[in-house]
Amino acid sequence: MDIIVCVKHVPDTTEAEVRIRPDKKDIEKEGLPLKINEWDEYAAEEAILIKERLGGTVVAITVGPPEAEATLRRVLAKGADMAIRVWDDSLEGSDGYVIAKVLAKTIEAKGLKYDLILTGAQAADDGFAVVGPMLAELLGIPHATLVKKEEILDGRIRVHRELEGGLEEVVELELPALLTIQTGINEPRYVSVMGIRRAKKKPLEVLSLSDIGMGPDEVGPAGSWLEVEELFLPPAERVAEIIPGSPAEEAAKLLEILKSRGLI
Amino acid sequence: MMVGPIFVLAEHRAGELRDITFEMLTKGHELAEGLGTELVAILLGHEVDGMAQELAKWANRVLYVSDPLLKNFNADAYQAVLAHLIGERKPILTMIGHTAYGIDVAPSLAVQLGLPIATDCLDLCFEDGRLCVVRQVYGGKVNVRARLKEASSYIVTVRQAAFQPGEYGPLSGEVERVECPIKEEPKGRKFIGIVTPPPGAVDITAADVIVSVGRGIRDKENIPMIEELAELLGGVVACSRPIVDKGWLPKDRQVGSSGKTVKPKLYLAIGISGAFQHVVGMKDSELIIAINKDPKAPIFRFSDYGIVDDLFKVVPELIKQLKEIKGQA
Repeated sequence: MDIIVCVKHVPDTTEAEVRIRPDKKDIEKEGLPLKINEWDEYAAEEAILIKERLGGTVVAITVGPPEAEATLRRVLAKGADMAIRVWDDSLEGSDGYVIAKVLAKTIEAKGLKYDLILTGAQAADDGFAVVGPMLAELLGIPHATLVKKEEILDGRIRVHRELEGGLEEVVELELPALLTIQTGINEPRYVSVMGIRRAKKKPLEVLSLSDIGMGPDEVGPAGSWLEVEELFLPPAERVAEIIPGSPAEEAAKLLEILKSRGLI
Repeated sequence: MMVGPIFVLAEHRAGELRDITFEMLTKGHELAEGLGTELVAILLGHEVDGMAQELAKWANRVLYVSDPLLKNFNADAYQAVLAHLIGERKPILTMIGHTAYGIDVAPSLAVQLGLPIATDCLDLCFEDGRLCVVRQVYGGKVNVRARLKEASSYIVTVRQAAFQPGEYGPLSGEVERVECPIKEEPKGRKFIGIVTPPPGAVDITAADVIVSVGRGIRDKENIPMIEELAELLGGVVACSRPIVDKGWLPKDRQVGSSGKTVKPKLYLAIGISGAFQHVVGMKDSELIIAINKDPKAPIFRFSDYGIVDDLFKVVPELIKQLKEIKGQA
């Protein structure tokens, strides 16, 4: 089973304070820790698990600047065989459609063979949830999104898709196919610093736009369907009254509120 | 030039139209009035005449395709039928839910037709014929206003609960049945079935008090502290998605779009950032209190009270003081 896994290196904003840039086109990224997109971590793990089960190869691809190699090294350390990073400064500000086109062109230009392509269900930063299914459409292969479970059959793959309300939809796709992976499908393995260091021996190829036969006018804002006008802070549905004080005072006040409402 | 209609793809499961359908129809109605065009509900399925009649109250026209090939949701079949309908009727906009079904169909449909798409939209408007959208980035911490590239037709996916199903009509839309444009099952994809989860030991939707825990709890070892607090408050423990993903609590405790929707008297959110997928499952609770050390955490925008502090300091205090109160009683 030859597998391609597409990954993204993203700012980790889960616990960080997010500030909007003065030009309002993006957030201040300086000082934010960067890491593999959470959904992609599960996708990479699933690719390695399939390889360990059935043999074959895993190739990791990312579209990103040099620092994105940290995410590729992580996937190599997990057990991928080789990695490809595609970048040109004109890619800055691309939407999901452009990224899908770049990935498709990369796969074609390198003549990569695959039975299965995995991506995360969405990215933690832009949250488009489009790159996987768009890439499948560009390559002319079937896809299934939000996959929670997979089983490879003869020439086909059976997957469980997560629906709302805890339900799952079971579908079968003909291989080659593309799956977008939902978190929780597996338990991503621990990757040690030593492991990442050892993975430096594995091949990591860097490609430019011209290497994949694309030009700057096809990417970035010029090639995108979506143009950012401005970022702003979301309005509040309820205005939380912040309880001040030390932890003891905060706890006391909270319990007072519950008591006044007859909840304790 | 006459502007094309606004299409809303009706979403249904097990013979029922889902809420997102009416939410989109309401927004679609407003947009169609603004543009002076028709609102058209698109219904794909098998033996869906009843649903078509219901939709006629909400739209100027209902286009429905009823065929055994569309009996169960199949993204490939849906994509083929939608591509045909869009090509034939040239809508200015096609609205699809940002749901498990919608995101399986919309992005590849957009690529097939070469039509600009924006996903997970919270708001939509037309400015000089160009579609503008509002969506969220960075886990709901920031909103972005964006414009789509100028085109004759656009596709969007719409976030659930972004719009309230409104009061208008009832319209008495024309119901038009369209011949199914596909004649055989898609080659690449086959529907096998739906799996319903077994009922859990605890029904969190029935609880008056929910103490809910998120990523901030850091380790499985810290869950018993939350259980103790829940017990002292006479409530049950629930959680956000990462806790279930890590296997620290069972799936039936998950609150949010892929879990349960709850409406308790008290929802105490501990170490939960408040991603939309979670918030949609609890935002209608009577009293919401959040404890999170990040003052910008989205959860505070949905809370009545907030404590901006380290949960590992606040929760032990709550437990201690609750025990003292109970001791006095």
